[in-house]
Amino acid sequence: MKNFLFEVKEGLIISLKAIRANKARSVLTTLGIIIGVASVVLMSTAIKGINQSFQKGVASLGSDNLYIDKWAWFNNDIPWWEMRNRKDITMEDYKKYKELAKLPLAIAPRVNAFRTIKYEDKSVQSIAMTGTDHNYINTTNLTFSEGRFFTEFESKGGRAVVVLGSEIAKKLFPFGGAIGEFVKIGGYKFKVVGVLKEQGSWVMGSWNPDNQAYFPFQNVFKYFRSRHRGSVTIEVRAPNSQMVEAVKEEAISIMRRIRGLKYNEKDDFAINQQEGLLSNINKTVGVIQIAGLLITGLALFVGAIGIMNIMFVSVKERTKEIGIRKAIGAKRRTILGQFISEAAIICLIGGLIGLGVAIIGSMIIAQFDFPVTVDADAVILAVSISLITGVLSGFAPAYTASKLDPVDALRYE
Amino acid sequence: MNIINIEHIAKIYQVGTEEVHALADVSIRIDKNEYVAIMGPSGSGKSTLMNILGCLDTPTKGLYDFKGQNVSQMNDNELASIRNREIGFVFQTFNLLARSDALHNVELPLIYAGVPTAERRERAQAALENVGLADRMRHKPNELSGGQRQRVAVARALVTNPAIILADEPTGNLDTKTGEDIMALFQEINSSGNTIILVTHEEYIAEHAERIIRLRDGLIEKDEVVKERLVPNGNKHF
Repeated sequence: MKNFLFEVKEGLIISLKAIRANKARSVLTTLGIIIGVASVVLMSTAIKGINQSFQKGVASLGSDNLYIDKWAWFNNDIPWWEMRNRKDITMEDYKKYKELAKLPLAIAPRVNAFRTIKYEDKSVQSIAMTGTDHNYINTTNLTFSEGRFFTEFESKGGRAVVVLGSEIAKKLFPFGGAIGEFVKIGGYKFKVVGVLKEQGSWVMGSWNPDNQAYFPFQNVFKYFRSRHRGSVTIEVRAPNSQMVEAVKEEAISIMRRIRGLKYNEKDDFAINQQEGLLSNINKTVGVIQIAGLLITGLALFVGAIGIMNIMFVSVKERTKEIGIRKAIGAKRRTILGQFISEAAIICLIGGLIGLGVAIIGSMIIAQFDFPVTVDADAVILAVSISLITGVLSGFAPAYTASKLDPVDALRYE
Repeated sequence: MNIINIEHIAKIYQVGTEEVHALADVSIRIDKNEYVAIMGPSGSGKSTLMNILGCLDTPTKGLYDFKGQNVSQMNDNELASIRNREIGFVFQTFNLLARSDALHNVELPLIYAGVPTAERRERAQAALENVGLADRMRHKPNELSGGQRQRVAVARALVTNPAIILADEPTGNLDTKTGEDIMALFQEINSSGNTIILVTHEEYIAEHAERIIRLRDGLIEKDEVVKERLVPNGNKHF
């Protein structure tokens, strides 16, 4: 064992010397590995980032929530036109449901309109305005950095008050002080009563709470669209996760009653759940993962071929050296080890540089609000991938070198 | 005491469909502390014989007994180990590692022998001092003269205390004066108890040895004792 370690150590020293002696070539050789490892690390951290954002985004919806809606989020069994032809869910439906439902913790309606919000000369466009009532806050996990949600009083009166998501507030009031100010939504003045803390994630797009603004629903019907057009979503929160199924069953039976469905008729509404979203997201992330790994794997493979190629050239070029080493007593495994460790060290150096590139790259990407951080896993990944690549791509050339006949090798010029 | 005992060895190469007998039938014994020259024109088989004696190659037929071990049956790794411990090579073209300094070149056989760092450094330094290169240890081969390079090679050959020194045209790439110096060095090494086998095609160089084996067409033509040995730097004595 001690002998083996000695050989490994001496092999490494000899390899390092050889690498140092061929700096230019070694650098060029590592280029492939640098690119390969950098892309693998970036890709894997990006995928991890995307996944975390999805999870965070979904979590911000609340796991005990149900969404009674005309449209199913994910249901490929029902053709879209069939859903389209369903009756809209109306505010009346909501009121009846609210009266009849016993199990939920909180129930709130939601109607949306996309509008531009302005404050002085600043504006943010296509904001999902969520019209709802004061109960809405109890169906969510929203928290405030300033102010409050609108009150029952404001809600019932349909007052022109608004709660801004953190992103919107940041853009309109970069220096704070939003509370009490008036913003213009679609030309109408609304008083800011609350600003949310940052909570969602970019993957939710317009549905990210950070990019939404909330006001009493009456405003939607008053200013932005007819009461008789468009469907209402009923947001329902179960008291706890064990109760979700029961709440769902109750909702189905109440909704069927409200909608006057006969026993042989299908539901003409959907009960959506975060769970469906999650499984859909996992599918998406899985596809990204496979595609990403294939592409980066290819980059790495090309890098490995480059290393193998250079090592073959190196063995050919150093035939004489191999002959000398063999003549003075280097065994086959010594030569094998020397060239494999040379390839492995070149790859490791390339891998570490690639890791550095990936870290810098992730910092740049992070500037664009895309959540990537290179963590310990990525470092382990980079190091092990580059070592494995080195050993695998170095093996064939090293084996060739170890099999050289000393007499022929010494004669080689 | 016999160090080398080869009996009826032959080396046959297959060239196309033809068999080439590089060595037909050669038997030699070499004793400890002998100084033997092997001579012959090109094609006589002296390179082949040197490769076999140096355990770089194995004979097709015959027995090669090296200090009681049957070398003719050894595999690559065993041969490497014999070369490492028992044989010191000095080549015509020096065959030093171009990118390593003199000290590392001399250390190399000790590395392969598994000698710990401190000890091998000491031994390599001693070997270089012994050939008069104490002040050139950190020089790379291309910073040394031909004679100095060959001294490094001699130091490398000696550093493992091998049973034989095998020199293949050691003065072939050197001018006469420097060649003389190297021959003087060999003389000295021989006097201190080392066995030397010198392969050359120059009569003048061969006459520094005690015994000349002449090869022709893969056979021993003559095996004779040198009566008037040349002593380096022109003086004859004995």
